[in-house]
Amino acid sequence: MKPFTVHKGKVAGIDRANIDTDQIIPKQFLKRIERTGFGKFLFYDWRYIDGEKPNPDFELNRPENEGATILVANENFGCGSSREHAPWALQDYGFQAIIAPSFADIFYNNCLKNGLLPIRLAKQDVEYLLRESTKADYELTISLEDQRVYDDNGFERTFDIDPYRKQLLLKGWDEIDLTFVYEPYIAEYEKKHCPLP
Amino acid sequence: MKPKTIIEKIWENHVVYREDGKPDLLYIDLHLVHEVTSPQAFEGLRQKGRKVRRPDLTFATMDHNVPTVNRFVIEDEVARNQISALERNCREFSIPLADLHSEEQGIVHVIGPELGLTQPGKTIVCGDSHTSTHGAFGALAFGIGTSEVEHVLATQTLWQHKPKTLQIRIDGKLGEGVTAKDVILAIIGRYGVDVGTGYIIEFTGEVIRNMSMEERMTICNMSIEAGARAGLVSPDETTFAYLRGRKYAPKGEEFEKAVERWRALATDEGAEYDKTIEIDASTIAPMVTWGTNPAMSTSVDGTVPHPEDFSSETEQKAVRRALEYMGLKPSTPITEIPVQHVFIGSCTNSRISDLREAAKIVKGKKVAKGVRALVVPGSQQVKKQAEEEGLAQIFIDAGFEWRDSGCSACLGMNPDIIPEGEHCASTSNRNFEGRQGKGARTHLVSPAMAAAAAIYGHFVDVRKLQKEPVH
Repeated sequence: MKPFTVHKGKVAGIDRANIDTDQIIPKQFLKRIERTGFGKFLFYDWRYIDGEKPNPDFELNRPENEGATILVANENFGCGSSREHAPWALQDYGFQAIIAPSFADIFYNNCLKNGLLPIRLAKQDVEYLLRESTKADYELTISLEDQRVYDDNGFERTFDIDPYRKQLLLKGWDEIDLTFVYEPYIAEYEKKHCPLP
Repeated sequence: MKPKTIIEKIWENHVVYREDGKPDLLYIDLHLVHEVTSPQAFEGLRQKGRKVRRPDLTFATMDHNVPTVNRFVIEDEVARNQISALERNCREFSIPLADLHSEEQGIVHVIGPELGLTQPGKTIVCGDSHTSTHGAFGALAFGIGTSEVEHVLATQTLWQHKPKTLQIRIDGKLGEGVTAKDVILAIIGRYGVDVGTGYIIEFTGEVIRNMSMEERMTICNMSIEAGARAGLVSPDETTFAYLRGRKYAPKGEEFEKAVERWRALATDEGAEYDKTIEIDASTIAPMVTWGTNPAMSTSVDGTVPHPEDFSSETEQKAVRRALEYMGLKPSTPITEIPVQHVFIGSCTNSRISDLREAAKIVKGKKVAKGVRALVVPGSQQVKKQAEEEGLAQIFIDAGFEWRDSGCSACLGMNPDIIPEGEHCASTSNRNFEGRQGKGARTHLVSPAMAAAAAIYGHFVDVRKLQKEPVH
């Protein structure tokens, strides 16, 4: 996993609640067996008309959102299917952080495993960012170390993140390698509760 | 000793390692695997030269992509590759697989219980959000992403924070024609698609106690549609009776010993939950969704709402968008919505009792002109049983298509797709935009309601239909 420390980037907003993972990456693209290359299918049904022409009404197709690396959306982002293809697609498209008032549990976890930072902010802060994001050059800076989001106009908020996950993200560590350190505990547990047949 | 919920008991039984400032390292008893969310995990293992720690606690099948007619002829090359990738991976890592030739193949959340792999007290994971289904047995079962699939394959554990507990208590008696599907749709409709976010739900109360295992599975299956990764029911005699004699369930004396252990898992009298919701069963009617998330629903005798009926601006916008997508006008009675497709299937409602309920409505009648109706049994075993009981013939005589098992039109990863702009009465779990096909208009309902919609070509209140017994 690529470490996440500080990121400054352009902000795009999609002012919708309950954006489900079926919208983020529709099912027809889940048949691939790779982890890469999902970006071009991100928000496919919203983004394209008849599967090819960009839909000018869709937020990410607006010229001011070109090159955005931070996505802001409303409540319960990433609900529905557990498909990790959703964070893969967001990341492959170029997003490095998602800001919303709340996230679905499985999606939130999946983001953390991939170095895509999900940030929960209060509803009114998200509303402010959604308004600001309509400006072509609006940027935010995110510092994971001090858990801070800020812009150049004086907006500044802190956010919560689990300290264990934060460490993993900052270091870009492979969690499986880390778990192998605890192998003796796993072996001990198995001996007691779950012996090999 | 302080009374405990079943959630706390299962959790504590599975902590491998605990340290302040860290999630708990939790042992996983059963890992179910399917073709869509596993290939990248196996590839990850190969790249690092890692092994599967416990193939004996892992079980795979293919369900999402499989065609439900001519199942061995997979025309979509990418889908075919994904299915052969699973076969290859299971061979390479010695994982048991119920493949397309197996009599045990089916939707992963149907076959786990059917084979007795799902048992009370187990921690069960699968790269699929509807893993919550297995909670019906008093197991702690939740969906995970592909990175976590890889982690479980390699270590048989997961780092997890203990979620909060939510009790949903349903007391009283359900009215005639009101099913488990209506109960869970009503809960989500009243409390929203994120009421369970951050929680594990325990479903309790008289209504749950009186339900069969299959009905409990329908309820737990859609916990994720309420935002909860897991939903469960404390095990009881109904649970034990279901499991007795199943292929992978303990046998003989071992079974009796297991029952004693399982019995002790049930939530203690006086245990406390972080949150409790109480519902009176008599207030629940057959439900139909009119919008694009499972909370956008009303009773069958209701009407399509006005955006102004909702308080927040975000909700009003979402409702406006949903009505436009669904092609529905406010105030339209639900029973006047025409239906062109009917899908009876999915991990929510494709078990034998679901098919029996639907067959009761269908027997001796014909599918309405202009309606295409599918029945997709949840497993090959369900299919066989339904054929033996004569249910298949009832569906076929009425003009339904009778298919092989798989996820099918629930998400349309195989050729079973609902065309743009057409309405589908579906017994599945998600009515998201594009879920059943681009532009498809999904209405979530119970098997009986779906069957009735097939016969009449529009929604009808099953409470008003004369039911004819099948046997």
